[in-house]
Amino acid sequence: MTDFQKRTLLKVAAMTTIAAAALVGCGKKEEAKPAAAAPAAPVAAAPAKAEPLKVAFAYVGPVGDGGWTFAHDNARKAVEKEFGDKIVTSFVEKVPESADAERVFRDLAGQGNKLIFGTTFGYMEPMLKVAADTKGVSFEHATGYKQADNLRTYDSRTYEGAYMAGVIAGKMTKTNTLGVVGSIPIPEVIRNINSFTLGAQSSNPKIKTKVVWVNEWFNPGKETEAATTLINGGADVLMQNTDSSAVLQTAEKLGKRAFGWDSDMTAYGPKAHLGSAVINWAPYYIKATGEALAGTWKGGTGAWWGVKEGAIDMVSVAADVPAETKAKLDEVKAGLKAGTFAIWKGPIMSNDGKEVLAKDAVADDKFMGGINFYVKGVEGKVPGGDKK
Amino acid sequence: MEAYALLIAATLNAGTVLAIAALGLLINEKAGVVNLGAEGMMLCAAIAGFATVVHTGNVWLGFLAGMGAGAFLAALFGGLVIWLGTNQYATGLALTLFGTGFSAFAGIKYVQEKLPEQTQYSIPFLGDIPLVGQALFRHHPMVYITIALMLGLIWFLYRTRAGLVLRSVGESPESAHALGYPVRRIRLWAVMAGGALCGLSGAYLATIYTPLWVEGMVSGKGWIALALTTFATWRPARVLLGAYLFGGFTLLQLHLQGAGVEIPSQFLSMMPYIVTIVVLVLISRNSAFIRINMPASLGKPFST
Repeated sequence: MTDFQKRTLLKVAAMTTIAAAALVGCGKKEEAKPAAAAPAAPVAAAPAKAEPLKVAFAYVGPVGDGGWTFAHDNARKAVEKEFGDKIVTSFVEKVPESADAERVFRDLAGQGNKLIFGTTFGYMEPMLKVAADTKGVSFEHATGYKQADNLRTYDSRTYEGAYMAGVIAGKMTKTNTLGVVGSIPIPEVIRNINSFTLGAQSSNPKIKTKVVWVNEWFNPGKETEAATTLINGGADVLMQNTDSSAVLQTAEKLGKRAFGWDSDMTAYGPKAHLGSAVINWAPYYIKATGEALAGTWKGGTGAWWGVKEGAIDMVSVAADVPAETKAKLDEVKAGLKAGTFAIWKGPIMSNDGKEVLAKDAVADDKFMGGINFYVKGVEGKVPGGDKK
Repeated sequence: MEAYALLIAATLNAGTVLAIAALGLLINEKAGVVNLGAEGMMLCAAIAGFATVVHTGNVWLGFLAGMGAGAFLAALFGGLVIWLGTNQYATGLALTLFGTGFSAFAGIKYVQEKLPEQTQYSIPFLGDIPLVGQALFRHHPMVYITIALMLGLIWFLYRTRAGLVLRSVGESPESAHALGYPVRRIRLWAVMAGGALCGLSGAYLATIYTPLWVEGMVSGKGWIALALTTFATWRPARVLLGAYLFGGFTLLQLHLQGAGVEIPSQFLSMMPYIVTIVVLVLISRNSAFIRINMPASLGKPFST
């Protein structure tokens, strides 16, 4: 072998190794019980056992984000536990909200998954397209609003958690200034900022809320900087609608208070942590999977679950939160459960002085889905909120 | 006033992360090697540093671990591009892909870990001056070390024989080779030094700046550092200036939002990029100056 050939070979070998390593790094992780995952070799067929239902999840972030995706993955595990070897679940993480998503969904459908969950708003169009092409597969899309015969949507009323966080924040602030690190200014996030403020006003009418947008769902560095800015601006209790635990950790570092979001984040900042507004996707995922197993699954509808269905909760409330506030939280929870208490009940004023909800009027879900204003008490203006 | 003092303080902190990595990348680029693996090296170093601090409680050991991890990955990269002559851009991208995946895998266990409380630093007397002390003299030592690093690098590159040899390898490896300098070995050292500094930056990020570990936490800082070296026309002082500018404007836009200034936040998010590019392009608009400072054989493999 000439020297040249040897070198070329070495090069090819080296590049292949790197490529392989890279592929392993971002590859798909399949998690299933070995018994269920490995079908028996095609020898004399054993007594026919029902083929397990294949259920797949596409996540926007890493499972290890400790927040949004982490909560979804916990629910996936709950589904596995509930149905045992009747199902096999798998997931793909860090699926970008771009054309790539469509490829991933097509891929998942092609692999024989019969029920596929897409867990972020940005998957709406890709899922719609793939659902139209693969009629035999049931699709579940989180936080979207477009449906089809085999595509339905589900969401959780995260604003209920935000309201409960507000109730605590209003009581615990000493500067009467609260801070929110916002991700992307869409109605859901604006609704959470407003609900947080309404909750805080219910326990302290003097508070004001400052908002800083980072225009990303997940960027711990920027979330840290945003939190630092809010604290420098006088805020002493922070909430975030982003996907990492950076805001809580910044509060811990600077001796202020903050909340966990999506998942219980106590461990990230035990001193700063006032409570975690968590989403429990498990009840819905178990219901959907159960329907798919029983053959009663039907598309074209949307579900919006909250405290009432066990999908939203405020957990691990800090020990130094006064008993009266804790009692009030219980009252709010009980009211939401029984349907006797509404967070969005008039009179509610926007922060430019307009009455958006008349006295005693209760907002319906359509109103809630289109919130693009700040309520009174929030400082500043919604980015791009002028266009109707 | 206090808000501005805090803003300056935060700017120095934010710029430091970018500056360390960019100064490191400057070293290997001066030797003629582009390493697009910065992001991957920073991520691996971040988890290496974070894990070390979790187990030992010593931040400086964490920095050391991060530098080790960065230098090790850079050595792998160097071996491939310098001796096997693989394409520098493709290999660097592969290193970033690998680093992103590997750090996520290695870091699974550390996601919920918490670091010991940070020491608060303050320079005696100077730190007690109102406002100025708060803005300039109460930082983590790394902030000052970075400034010293920049000065040291200027001295090394332009005042020492070793620096001259390093630059000659980046300008014309053939000539350096003809003069008897071990071009490949020098390039490897430069690449490893660059990796070590990227590693230091990653470790500082994960243990001091954003004291947490989550997958992908570097979120693009490696790429910004890479761009900074180019826009700063490979001059250490400008790299530092660019890093502070970028950090400063990132914070300023958040600050303006918090202050209730009515400019769309999406526009403000764009500002750091635009301002950094505009300023650095303005100060580097002399094309002869760019030609003089840009290593002539940047990105080209050397073969005898």
